Amino acid sequence: MTCTEFLALLDDLIDDTVTAETRAELQAHLGHCGHCEVILNTTRKTIEIYRSHEVYDLPASLRERLHAAIMARCKKCG
Amino acid sequence: MPIIQTTVEQLEPHPDVALVERVRGGDVSAYDTLVRKYERQIFRIAQHITQNREDAEDVMQDAFLKAYEKLEQFQGNSKFYTWLVRIAVNESLMRLRKRRTGKMVSIDEDIATEEGSVPRDLADWAPDPEQNFGQSELAEILRKTIQGLPQGFRIVFVLRDVEGLSTEETAEMLSLSVPAVKSRLLRARLQLRERLSRYFHGNKRLKEMRLGETRNEK
Repeated sequence: MTCTEFLALLDDLIDDTVTAETRAELQAHLGHCGHCEVILNTTRKTIEIYRSHEVYDLPASLRERLHAAIMARCKKCG
Repeated sequence: MPIIQTTVEQLEPHPDVALVERVRGGDVSAYDTLVRKYERQIFRIAQHITQNREDAEDVMQDAFLKAYEKLEQFQGNSKFYTWLVRIAVNESLMRLRKRRTGKMVSIDEDIATEEGSVPRDLADWAPDPEQNFGQSELAEILRKTIQGLPQGFRIVFVLRDVEGLSTEETAEMLSLSVPAVKSRLLRARLQLRERLSRYFHGNKRLKEMRLGETRNEK
């Protein structure tokens, strides 16, 4: 397996949608390719960081104000 | 027979289904619960797409109001959250069109770029690299990095990886094919990885240098 072939399957490996056979081929490639191992690990980390950190904060005061406005408008139309 | 009964009992409907039914029966307080449950996510999605706080506030309000008004149209066999996100995505894209009058806005925009699709930065990151930054500094790095992605990549990444929708749900929501979503997701992930590498290298000197760049760019 070449690095290009590995990259084409990177998402499937990360999302765990590969067959056992393909997974074994990908693992074999990782066994001797440090670059692809770095790409796999850092891409996983990228996703994890975006999942676990709030990029756009919604402060409690704004949240309450918006919530109240939504409910007021719903009650009006309902 | 007892085995079948046990299986049926395990397939409990999603708690949203009961809430939606209560709203349909005229119970507004049930809608209050639904709004509270999803307002953060809807605000986040709107911010990611519009990249504007005021627009995100408007989108969040309009999306929940529209969902309330159209609740009769909601099919119980789809997830309320997915249905709500679809409304919020449409409202966000409409808001973008308004802001950029005369300029077509579509999620096909800017996707010709191949930048970052071929990994160039192959140095490993520090262990738990986010620990090297303060909370607000990290948020700024993440915000700035994702804002630099082409819109069509950014929306796919946010829906799939941040909000946890499936490839099929994302494709349907954005009127894209499944292969198109997969291709955009791979490129979004690789581009973000490439850009974050600048900050997260194990090499301390390099990290300091990059931080200096960020400060200068402000």
